[in-house]
Amino acid sequence: MTAETIIQSLASGLLMGLLYGLIAAGLALIFGLMDVVNFAHGEFLMIAMYATFFLFAFFAIDPLLAAPLVAAALFVFGAVVYLLVVRFAVRAKANAGMVQIFSTFGLAIVMRGLAQFFFTPDYRSVTHSWLGGKTVSVAGIFLPEPQLIGAMVSIAAFVALYFFINRTDFGRALEATREDAGAVALVGIDKNRVFALGWGLGAALVGLAGAIMAIFFYIYPDVGASFALIAYVTVALGGFGSVFGAFAGGIIVGLVEASTALILPPSLKSVGIYAVYLLVVFIRPRGLFGSM
Amino acid sequence: MTALPETPLLETRGVWQRFGGLVANSDVSISVGRGEIVGLIGPNGAGKSTLFNLIAGVLPPTQGSIIFDGEDVTNLPAAERCQRGVGRTFQVVKSFETMTVIDNVIVGALIRNTVMRLARKKAYEVLEFCGLAARANVLASDLVPSEKRRLEVARALATEPKLLLLDEVLTGLTPVEAQTGVELVRKVRAAGVTVLMVEHVMEIVMPLVDRAIVLNLGKVLVEGKPTEVVRNPEVISAYLGDRHAVGA
Amino acid sequence: MDANFAQRRRRDLIMAFCLAVIAALVPLFVKDVYVQNIMVLTLMYAALSQSWNILSGYCGQISLGHALYFGLGAYTTALLFTKFGVLPWFGMLAGGAISALIAMALGYPCFRLRGHYFVIATIVIAEIALLLFQNWDWAGAALGIDIPVRGDSWLKFQFARSKLPYFYFALALACIAWFVTWWLEDSKWGYWWRAVKDNPDAAESLGVVVFNSKMGAAAVSAFLVAVGGSFYAQFVSYIDPESVMGFQFSLLMALPAVLGGIGTLWGPVLGAVILIPLTELTRSFVGGSGRGVDLIVYGTLIVAISLALPKGLVSVFSLFPWRKEAAR
Repeated sequence: MTAETIIQSLASGLLMGLLYGLIAAGLALIFGLMDVVNFAHGEFLMIAMYATFFLFAFFAIDPLLAAPLVAAALFVFGAVVYLLVVRFAVRAKANAGMVQIFSTFGLAIVMRGLAQFFFTPDYRSVTHSWLGGKTVSVAGIFLPEPQLIGAMVSIAAFVALYFFINRTDFGRALEATREDAGAVALVGIDKNRVFALGWGLGAALVGLAGAIMAIFFYIYPDVGASFALIAYVTVALGGFGSVFGAFAGGIIVGLVEASTALILPPSLKSVGIYAVYLLVVFIRPRGLFGSM
Repeated sequence: MTALPETPLLETRGVWQRFGGLVANSDVSISVGRGEIVGLIGPNGAGKSTLFNLIAGVLPPTQGSIIFDGEDVTNLPAAERCQRGVGRTFQVVKSFETMTVIDNVIVGALIRNTVMRLARKKAYEVLEFCGLAARANVLASDLVPSEKRRLEVARALATEPKLLLLDEVLTGLTPVEAQTGVELVRKVRAAGVTVLMVEHVMEIVMPLVDRAIVLNLGKVLVEGKPTEVVRNPEVISAYLGDRHAVGA
Repeated sequence: MDANFAQRRRRDLIMAFCLAVIAALVPLFVKDVYVQNIMVLTLMYAALSQSWNILSGYCGQISLGHALYFGLGAYTTALLFTKFGVLPWFGMLAGGAISALIAMALGYPCFRLRGHYFVIATIVIAEIALLLFQNWDWAGAALGIDIPVRGDSWLKFQFARSKLPYFYFALALACIAWFVTWWLEDSKWGYWWRAVKDNPDAAESLGVVVFNSKMGAAAVSAFLVAVGGSFYAQFVSYIDPESVMGFQFSLLMALPAVLGGIGTLWGPVLGAVILIPLTELTRSFVGGSGRGVDLIVYGTLIVAISLALPKGLVSVFSLFPWRKEAAR
């Protein structure tokens, strides 16, 4: 193993990690807002990837151009899911945690079924795009362009999210609602509206990630499942509810995955991520940046 | 009045509790004699709840020791203190909401009765004693607040404690409910259980307790007979200061 | 009141006995192998879900990684039999014991975690085990293990021609899991578990050792699930990591209890009896083309029941006064 291979792996790991962070951001946002883990998060990603694929296949829109459209579509989708399902789940008087887990799980299964029904279980891919298959070489390290652009989009999204949460009225309403939903109602903020917009925003973020992922990943009904667990681990690693913890969590997950692949056979690369998660929560039961 | 025996039931010796930079209890040494009803009072933030939790074993003190029934229990967890005879209630009631009232009490009774039938019998007796028998098969979540307080007491009594720690069981009740509560506490003592009760509002507890310990700013301010304590200028100023702070 | 309670306990027992007898008679009238197969699966999931319910329902520690114990049971039995010729009956007990021990070893660090951190830890641990088994050459790696079937034998617990022995074993398993739950429900452990689930701090103050309670629930739960896994290995006579340790098993085990009524005695049975036949039937009638209709039906059912009946299907029965307490 040469120094180059190590640097090469870590560099790709870092890029992938930034994308993981972007995938997880929406999950963390929603959890932070209302203590709900969306177990259909992977399926949100799957829908975003399909949307990108169809925009490409029918209208020849490049995934990069499609990204904002997909994000907008997912925004609407997320808000609708909140209004149709989650709104009722959080109202449950008994077994609230269980209801919330399994209603979103059920939704995930429905979404997978619908994808199989309408799109067939076939593997699809965006066959040619501006970035697909291209690499750039920086100081002897080859970086695939889709991942590189994806990483940049991720950083940009997190910066935008930072300003959004801290500088806009809606961001402040979001923050206030997560602090104390009851008190917020007293000052005339409609809790349901904030939650719906929060779900929209969370879904839009995963939409952005899905559009990028569609460039270099196969698209099929179960694709979300493989990323969902990584997203949960990313969010938990950062500390549930901390959006920027998800950013850091994503980077850690990407790097750990790449380093594990250097040591263990590739089929075991996820073991590293899982082991690091366990190690972290056994030492800090609330994740790296989670508040007690 | 019964004379105090030589060894107290509970003693705290130079107990300190710090949370980071905050000192919640500093050098608190108190003792509770067998068969007494002792009131632990003081303004908000005086460190009553912290001391209470230290005695109940929720967390070990930063420094100092806690002696219960002649044994050093400083480092024992809550469950083992219960085993040795410390029962407690919670200021914010912590009923087992999805269980019935009787089942709540059975959980407590199980520590002394390993046979289910006996534990159940014991639980019914305790409910009867606390005036909750009619509500035995109701879910704890369906009780009204005053009944939940009473359930807390019943659950703790079912563990057959030597010392019962009552955390603001009388606060926030209507005068009638508070009066029934006071009678219940007297009954508990009459049954041979020593009582240490934390209360914020002096008016309720003073007629009930044999002795009052006033905490202020984490320290023992005064202790003595209730009639003496209420007239103590330091106590009055601590409480008045508190009221001013609340008003501000 | 005490009499009432004893009466309710007795009625549960009698009802279970009657249901078991009726179930045992069904194969006399239903000879169709396909239907018998569904019945075996239904009973197996009833047993698994009942076992899962002990840790997750009664004790409140939601595990979505029970596929680990299912897989361990299946693998222990299959490996002992194919490599060392140990009879499946012993393999079953060995698998149960190993799983119980592993559950406690894992519980030691995991039971400090709360809420979603715990749930994710259970998923992740099962995933690690899955990946390790997929790469463990001695255990057949991803290809798995083919259990050689050499004709019908109770000794080797394998039957090539008839499904009936499997049916009766699955019925026995479901009865055992139910009975264990029934028995534990009115024992120190049953009360401790529910107390731990509702409020660990209050439980601790009443002398409940919270940690030990969770460990006990984990051990019992894992043992029974592993026995179910052993059974499954014999039933299908071929296992591979994905088919016995995959995440979907963790989910399939949880669902009957969740839909039927989590933390209740009858919830898992009721959930399995409704859910499993429905899944199997939709799969064969509309899902054969791989078009996902079965998933749509199944998923919609899960969403609808969890939203409409958060206490599960048993809560419908609480409309009858005599079952009020059972559907808590």
